[in-house]
Amino acid sequence: MRAVLFALGLMLGTITAAAAFEVEEDTAFAATGGAQTAELAVLSTTDTEVLRPVILAYQARNPGIALRYTVANSQQVFAAIADDGAAYDLVISSAMDLQMKLANDGFARPYRSALTDALPKWARWQDLLFAFAQEPVVLIMARAALDGQPPPRTRRELTQLLRDAPDRFMGRIGTYDPETSGAGYLFVTQDARLSDTFWRLAEVMGGLAPQLYDSSAPMIADLQSGRLVLAYNVLGSYAAPRIAGSDALALIELEDHTLTLLRSALVPRNAPAPELGAAFLDFLLGPEGRSLIATEAGLPPINEAALAAQPHLRPIRLDPGLLVYLDALKRRAFLEEWQAALIQP
Amino acid sequence: MRPRGAISLRARLVLQLLALAAGLAVLLFVTVRTVAGDAAEETLDGVLGAATLAIADELRGGDEGVTVDLPHEAFSILGSISEDRIFYRVAVADATITGYADLAAPAAWAGAAGPSSPEFFTAPFRDTEVRVAAMQRVVLAQGRPVTVTVLVAQTRSGQAAIASRVANRAAGIGLGVFALAAALSILTAGSVLRPINRLAEAVSRRGPQDLRSVDHPSPAELRPLVLALNGFIARLRAALMRTETFITEAAHHIRTPLATVRARAEIALRRAETDEARETLRAVIRAVEESARSASQLLDHATVVYRSDRLAREPVDLAPLLERLAQSVAPTAELKDVTLQVAGTGAAVRVTGDALLIEAALRNLLDNAVKYSPPETEVSLDLAAAEGAACVTVADRGRGLSGSKQADLTRRFARGANVGDVVGSGLGLTIVEEVAAAHGGWFDLTEREGGGTCAQFYLPLA
Repeated sequence: MRAVLFALGLMLGTITAAAAFEVEEDTAFAATGGAQTAELAVLSTTDTEVLRPVILAYQARNPGIALRYTVANSQQVFAAIADDGAAYDLVISSAMDLQMKLANDGFARPYRSALTDALPKWARWQDLLFAFAQEPVVLIMARAALDGQPPPRTRRELTQLLRDAPDRFMGRIGTYDPETSGAGYLFVTQDARLSDTFWRLAEVMGGLAPQLYDSSAPMIADLQSGRLVLAYNVLGSYAAPRIAGSDALALIELEDHTLTLLRSALVPRNAPAPELGAAFLDFLLGPEGRSLIATEAGLPPINEAALAAQPHLRPIRLDPGLLVYLDALKRRAFLEEWQAALIQP
Repeated sequence: MRPRGAISLRARLVLQLLALAAGLAVLLFVTVRTVAGDAAEETLDGVLGAATLAIADELRGGDEGVTVDLPHEAFSILGSISEDRIFYRVAVADATITGYADLAAPAAWAGAAGPSSPEFFTAPFRDTEVRVAAMQRVVLAQGRPVTVTVLVAQTRSGQAAIASRVANRAAGIGLGVFALAAALSILTAGSVLRPINRLAEAVSRRGPQDLRSVDHPSPAELRPLVLALNGFIARLRAALMRTETFITEAAHHIRTPLATVRARAEIALRRAETDEARETLRAVIRAVEESARSASQLLDHATVVYRSDRLAREPVDLAPLLERLAQSVAPTAELKDVTLQVAGTGAAVRVTGDALLIEAALRNLLDNAVKYSPPETEVSLDLAAAEGAACVTVADRGRGLSGSKQADLTRRFARGANVGDVVGSGLGLTIVEEVAAAHGGWFDLTEREGGGTCAQFYLPLA
């Protein structure tokens, strides 16, 4: 019975904590064409600077439209829509599981256009949730730590490398803390689902006193400063521009499988201007939006051919299977197992 | 205008077959739709049930109370069979262990403990309608058996999509069946009606005088019609026979007394002593002559009408026939001082036909010529054969046609405008034309150069 109460408490806890969601950035893009005819509100987990060129291009096309761009973390974005009923016309998030839950629980509004129909089947769910970027989850290694050896190509090779030279890696491995980072939790659960070698790798990493991070920025900073020699499960699109020009760090896509995160958008059911949200979504999916996302935002747009050419890339399946790991009991059980593997006294 | 109730057999047959085909197509559509809809629901229920069972199998008791480790596959499989929304709840009594606390089993469901298979319900949930699979398991928790309820719900847009896809396909099949049946029904109607059309064609192809009974091969269903038709033909044949017998009898009965009257009048004329009496008797004789002529023309005409339906087809040599005719008319011509010139009878000119009718026609022509010829003139009778036709030309120096058209003169009981002083029935030329037509020949009546009339009677050569 204590377990029941614990589970209830966990659920209630997440709900009450999210009652007023925490905003990280709130940027107003005034209408460019003088008179403002409409305002589009976008709630997103993607930094304003990343999407700014895309927003400006959209406004150049639609001069009358002012755009309010609010950034919050993925938990807060979910809570804003699911619990607060916040008034936004488009919700962009990289937390696929939470986006899936919003769509499944009826917070998304169906939308169809030629562009959404053109999306590959794995890049959308029903007419509710649409992916606009596919981002590989990578491994970053300091070349110094390789000691002249070729970089590992699979988790098995990585495990072997860590076993063979524990002194090089002791205390210098970084990864997300799945208890505090939604993205980190999504990555490890998918890793665990896709391969059994993951748990062996986790055990070995656990023996090397890994550093756990809440977000990517400090992890990459520590890599650059040399405090870390290995970062496991980092979003490639986030890391690549930050480590560019540095020969010391190698960005590795593991060949047994490299998770590919789908950054997705949905139009909330209670959107004040759903047609504006849908129009911005179409812009993101359209040719101009795609090329801007690729060149200016540095995010790989949805591209089936690119996936076919790189068979090791596994897009995380946009299906109700994602809901399983959001289950409070499942989450507790999984985290217990993860901690048992990774946090060793 | 079609008479009431006389819808064509083909239309009736085709309509009824089409109605049948349409009924079958609709039945097929409904059946396919229902069966496929049920099958789709059963399939989706099966997957939903499997997911429920998979979750139930992960239920664990123990000192911590009831816990469950949701299997990823359970939801993933639900997600792969259709893009439907999924809700679930694991509960002990009313306390939710995990999942959507507002998802409830229908009130009617009493639950069934034990490792039973799930039961299915359709129920409203939040903003939509869901299919719920519900089952219960007893788990030993904290030393006590606890009944745990597992509910897994799924929206059914996938089933609706399958149903509409199946409906489209079923509609397609139904339309196909209907089109096929329509084509077949038109073919069937054609083949069913073909014997009737053949029979009608066989009957209508018959010549006007063909009164044989119909022995065209026909299906059993048409046998009564053919029998009735043959009965009718037999009655018609009998009626014609009676009419012909009557005509022959009448001819005999009228001609014989007239001949007697004429003979007696001639004897009386010879014995008459006063001019007055002689004049009266001559008038009597002329009237009797005309009566006999008219009677025989009437009978000729009747004979032509009835015989032309059943024309005798025998070889006839026109040359001796003309000679005989000329001889029989000669006394009358002599009486009027009219000379008869016969030519072309040296060689046989053969035609096929009814000698009696041909003779009647030619006698009428010759009689007319003599009758309308003034005294001291010549009537020429000429037989010739050219271009497959025998031609009998009768030319006189009479009063001609004086502008009347041949078509008017050959009408029954029609007479020329210039014949007021000559006795006649107006049947003669009608007989001539009818006989010519009955034998496949023709008749021309023209004004003769230098005054008079020229009649040409053509018959095809044998």
